[in-house]
Amino acid sequence: MRSISILPLLLLLLSFSIQASFETYEFSTTHNEMRYFKLSKELRCPTCQNQNISDSDAPLAADLRRELHRMIEEGYQDDAILDFMVSRFGDFVHYKPRIAPETYFLWYGPFALLFGGLSVVFFVARNRRLRAAAQVSESPAATNDVEDTSVTSALTPEERARLDRLLQQDKNL
Amino acid sequence: MIPELGTFATILALCLSLILSVVPMIGAYTGNKLWVDYARPLAKGVFFFLSVALVILGYAFLTDDFSVTYVAQGSNYNTPWYFKISAIWGGHEGSLLLWVWIQAFWTLAVAVKSKNLPIDIVGRVLAVMGMITAAFLLFILFTSSPFDRLLPNSPAQGADLNPLLQDFGLIVHPPALYMGYVGLSVAFSFAIAALLSGRLDAAWARWSRPWTNVAWAFLTLGIALGSWWAYYELGWGGWWFWDPVENASLMPWLVATALIHSLAVTEKRGVFKSWTVLLAISAFCLSLLGTFLVRSGVLTSVHAFATDPERGVFILGMLIFVIGGSLLLYAIRAGSVKSESTFALSSRESMLLVNNIIFTVACAMVLIGTLYPLVMDALDLGKISVGPPYFNALFVPMMSLMVIFLGIAAFSRWKETPTQLYISKLWLPAVLAVVAAVVTHWIYSQSIEPWVLLALVLSYWIVFTWGREFISRLRNRDDMITGFTKQSRSYYGMMLAHLGVAVMIVGVAMVTVFVEHRDARMAPGDQIEFRGYTFIFDGAREVQGPNYTSDMARVRVLRDGVPYREMFPEKRMYTARGMVMTQVALQPGFTRDLYIAMGEELENGAWAMRLQFKPFVRWIWLGALFMTAGAMLAASDPRYRKQAKRDAAQRQLVTE
Repeated sequence: MRSISILPLLLLLLSFSIQASFETYEFSTTHNEMRYFKLSKELRCPTCQNQNISDSDAPLAADLRRELHRMIEEGYQDDAILDFMVSRFGDFVHYKPRIAPETYFLWYGPFALLFGGLSVVFFVARNRRLRAAAQVSESPAATNDVEDTSVTSALTPEERARLDRLLQQDKNL
Repeated sequence: MIPELGTFATILALCLSLILSVVPMIGAYTGNKLWVDYARPLAKGVFFFLSVALVILGYAFLTDDFSVTYVAQGSNYNTPWYFKISAIWGGHEGSLLLWVWIQAFWTLAVAVKSKNLPIDIVGRVLAVMGMITAAFLLFILFTSSPFDRLLPNSPAQGADLNPLLQDFGLIVHPPALYMGYVGLSVAFSFAIAALLSGRLDAAWARWSRPWTNVAWAFLTLGIALGSWWAYYELGWGGWWFWDPVENASLMPWLVATALIHSLAVTEKRGVFKSWTVLLAISAFCLSLLGTFLVRSGVLTSVHAFATDPERGVFILGMLIFVIGGSLLLYAIRAGSVKSESTFALSSRESMLLVNNIIFTVACAMVLIGTLYPLVMDALDLGKISVGPPYFNALFVPMMSLMVIFLGIAAFSRWKETPTQLYISKLWLPAVLAVVAAVVTHWIYSQSIEPWVLLALVLSYWIVFTWGREFISRLRNRDDMITGFTKQSRSYYGMMLAHLGVAVMIVGVAMVTVFVEHRDARMAPGDQIEFRGYTFIFDGAREVQGPNYTSDMARVRVLRDGVPYREMFPEKRMYTARGMVMTQVALQPGFTRDLYIAMGEELENGAWAMRLQFKPFVRWIWLGALFMTAGAMLAASDPRYRKQAKRDAAQRQLVTE
């Protein structure tokens, strides 16, 4: 019977989100209208699966849109509106987490990784170069061509001949 | 009776895949060629029985066998036949069956296409793929069988496929995406086989390269199709939402992108071998992680599958086994790998390593952003939401950096590149890119938007640097015609894919900055004018569809006052589920889309309407198509087949 009990859940999960729902608010300036659309995309509908209030057709999202429209038209600044929403619904409502000690890793971690990764590239490339140079100076057959000596000096004449054959094949390809 | 045969076929496929994962592996270790030779027929057998299972499930849908739970949930007498077929993968159980069938298909493809590979490698690769198949089949049989029955009280009518899924998008998006996800298991299996055999050489990279390119092409195509589908189906006109489920597909894509570049270095220069193996393992593990996140209920998303803790535990166990096992093997074996050459800091090797770093860090960023709310919640640090503002703020600078290096890399050479060469080749494309970007931007909008300007500079940067590199290649030949024909298919594939990046950047920036929309109450006869288009609402009427009734509006569009098109947005009511859905009307174009969605019905025949003007939105998917085509072209390069033959001959020589 387990499989039957999932059925309503499946319907529920998938039946959100399919209806474009919006109001036809009037704005005093186009700047206000732009702010409205920007902020309605940044605010998360608290009762939905994972939707901003602009895309959601839940009643609470409609309330929040009305509230947002009112506050913008009454002249509140973006920060004031976001603070108000966060104070009512918690940090959860804002899709852009604020920068605080517990979100430092979220905001700065990727850049630290990027910096670390690029430093690794730098050191790996440099070290390999240094090691190669050291190998060449040890090898008696050192000539001006670094790579070829370090690889080919270990070959016997027969291997050498076969290598040449293979290289020739490559050229003919 | 027939659905039971489906279960039976699945069980047989499981048995064969268990044998496949054990016998050839033992054969490869003990040098028993007979046992290894079992790998190919077994792979064919698994594919055969899973095909039978899939066909039986399709038959159950087409014959409206509602005694099968999965069919009763996802179909209905009135569902059109093509949606009955795509309903096979419209839910959790069936999509898993499709997944494992595609896994068997890739296994078969490797079995058939590996004639020139040493038999012990083939045995190991197919055995690893058999293990993955077996694990998924166990998962299906124990927790998610699509053949379970609703007996004795089977319903007379099915619940119908979710209307959201009754679309062309469902027919093409999941198969393409799964081909990509599962295709990464080939690169993974080659990597594991190489680690097991201890032969991690350039030949290994050459064998996995075409497979990885094809898998990456499908993954790119699948993600692009998903984005395109969401764009026209959901009614908001967005094309990427940074939803956890989307992120789950983006993460393997980012790592696979790093992998195809890293494989190039490993093949050509014999360096980064252990790093490439790690990428191959990570790419597949991330696609498993995506499966876990989407199907276990850990994440909240608009398009997560129905969830069940039992399934979550099973996938988690599998995930731990695969990730833990392969990383353990990696830790034991990768240390002994030697590089075959060296390179300078200023070289093509370093450039590709930078590419790898940026893509893996971008992947880490997406992973951190997706999981951070879960971790915060688990540690009782509060509930937060991480959404588009976060991802855009970090992803855009990283990708911009990546594109700058993409341009520089055009003139990098293997081993070492003199710094003066970069300067002498790059200053002209840089200047031209800035000039061309400013000019085209000004011509388009008579204004300068910083983000659009940045995007245009980056796009022109790619085009001019690689264009210059292409021209210098042609000049090296005696005449232009031989210049064109002498370049390899992989070279043209690479160029096409990189051009796709430039095209996509333009689309993303233009549609994000210059999108314009109007939400308006429109009564019959009302008109709205913007961006040179006039939209006249002629009212809505009721229309009867096969399994829905619909209010269909007629909107006449005038361009510069001259009649241009008629558009018919709809508001559909799907009768079986009582669900209301917006069907948008689209007028696609090369430089802009017109997009109309209906909202609520208001008084006196008036409707809330959302009209959108979306410039260059098609370029996003066009760019993705270029990348897909480029990767396919590169994979079809005949040199892989010739080289594989020579590798085989050479190994014969060595063993003799």
